Amino acid sequence: MSPPPGWPEAERAARGAYGRLVAHLAWQWHDLAAAEDALSDALLSALTHWPRDGVPSSPEGWLMTAARRVLLQQHRHRRLEQSPEVLALFDDAASLQGPDPMQALPDRRLQLMLACAHPLLPARDHAPLMLQAVLGLDAKDIARAFLVSPAAMAQRLVRAKARIREAGVDFDTPDADELPARLSAVLEGIYGAYTIGSDLAAPAPEADAALRDEALFLAALVAHLQPTDAEAQGLLALLLHAQARRPAQFSAAGDFVPLLQQDTQLWDHALMQQAEDTLWRAAALRSAGPFQIEAAIQSAHAQRAWTGHTPWPQIAQLYAALVAQHDGLGPRIGQAVALCEAGQEHEALALIESLPAATVATHQPYWTALAHLLAKAGHPARADAALQRAAGLTADERVRRFLLQGRRRPADPQIHDMRSDPQ
Amino acid sequence: MEVMLAFFEDTAEVARRENPATAADHHGAWQAYVGAIAASGCVRGGRGLQPPRQGVSVRVAGGQRQVQDGPYADTREHLGGYFVIDVPSLEDALEWAARAPCSSAGHVEVRPVLPPQAPGA
Repeated sequence: MSPPPGWPEAERAARGAYGRLVAHLAWQWHDLAAAEDALSDALLSALTHWPRDGVPSSPEGWLMTAARRVLLQQHRHRRLEQSPEVLALFDDAASLQGPDPMQALPDRRLQLMLACAHPLLPARDHAPLMLQAVLGLDAKDIARAFLVSPAAMAQRLVRAKARIREAGVDFDTPDADELPARLSAVLEGIYGAYTIGSDLAAPAPEADAALRDEALFLAALVAHLQPTDAEAQGLLALLLHAQARRPAQFSAAGDFVPLLQQDTQLWDHALMQQAEDTLWRAAALRSAGPFQIEAAIQSAHAQRAWTGHTPWPQIAQLYAALVAQHDGLGPRIGQAVALCEAGQEHEALALIESLPAATVATHQPYWTALAHLLAKAGHPARADAALQRAAGLTADERVRRFLLQGRRRPADPQIHDMRSDPQ
Repeated sequence: MEVMLAFFEDTAEVARRENPATAADHHGAWQAYVGAIAASGCVRGGRGLQPPRQGVSVRVAGGQRQVQDGPYADTREHLGGYFVIDVPSLEDALEWAARAPCSSAGHVEVRPVLPPQAPGA
């Protein structure tokens, strides 16, 4: 069945403009949920009008006007005439009449993301909110990606938006002294969305591919809207490197291929180049941070495509710097593996065995790395037990198969790609 | 909270389990999973079940008993076992469900268990 006439235009306008329209309406109205509801009413109304009356010359302007009408109607019900919000709604009415209203409309998507990652909201809601508010993703799809029941996710999103409204979050740019910390929450949320469901350290199950693309879009958007923030560039470089390796992560037969065994010819060299350029831009800003260090680690891994070998001592140093700046399970595991590959096997084993038992109990990359280090240090029985534990903790059958096959293989270099826990 | 994970395998997966050529892989994956979940300390109980063909289905309708070997004919996914686990949140339970080998060859049903009834209640 072909879509009704006008629908492709509606869809295209919605895709391109959704986040910008929501951002603008939420800023005017101080209410994210109301802005989203009004815009979805406008989209529904477009479906009725455009096939009948033709697609307007400016679909975005039409949607904005329709959404504003919905908001005003609700406002009348609330008997709050003449409030500043209502007046603000008329402010840009004139500007929307031009040939390209999106040009006239200031892009407030960064402010929208900052509101979604507001310190008043639980950190785990930041990424789901951004995905819904900026990209218009369905709560059901977000729930699937984050492995949460759809009802629970819908409830979390509703609660978070109510909190934004009740707390009077203003959708403006925070003060300069507050901005870096606020932006950092946005970047962590995007990173979390990219890596969700996947432990990118060690044999990594494929995260939801669509969600990765959306997260990459958000990372590129933040890097574009905040070109002077080095960490925003660092995150984009990191995700571009990760994205570049996706074609090599699974064989044609569907078998998992760890980083060190990947055919570098299959890596997306255009994306790698973009990643390198982005990392250079970040470095030029002279403000180091954990995402830039992680991007540098991935950049070092990428060198294998050109030199044929992985510079492990350099990677070990970068992990040490990462641990110093942003300590956590992922960086420690990465450091241990890099030390081992750089020839410091005993230091590596001591480091990984010093990690607290409670935090590693269900952390698959830890057990995979431990198995590798134990095998290298000549403890095959313990290595085998660790590998079995790792296999029991993955949710990706291809990774499970790879790990269980490893139990019948001699010691095999495992990978350590990225830290896996964004906190 | 206490949650039941009920593991359902599709008919192809049941066949893999019964086929000597693939049984070792099937068994190995489950052994890894059971080992990992037990080592995490959350398991309160649970058992694996004999294959569905060893079961008997009983139904009483209108005073008439129906007894049939194996599962009902239209059953496409078969209960293979269950755990009751004690985890901080439902989300932890969903993670354990996703890790089960049958999550990609059947499904896992995740159900919070009723609290035990107080004596005399």
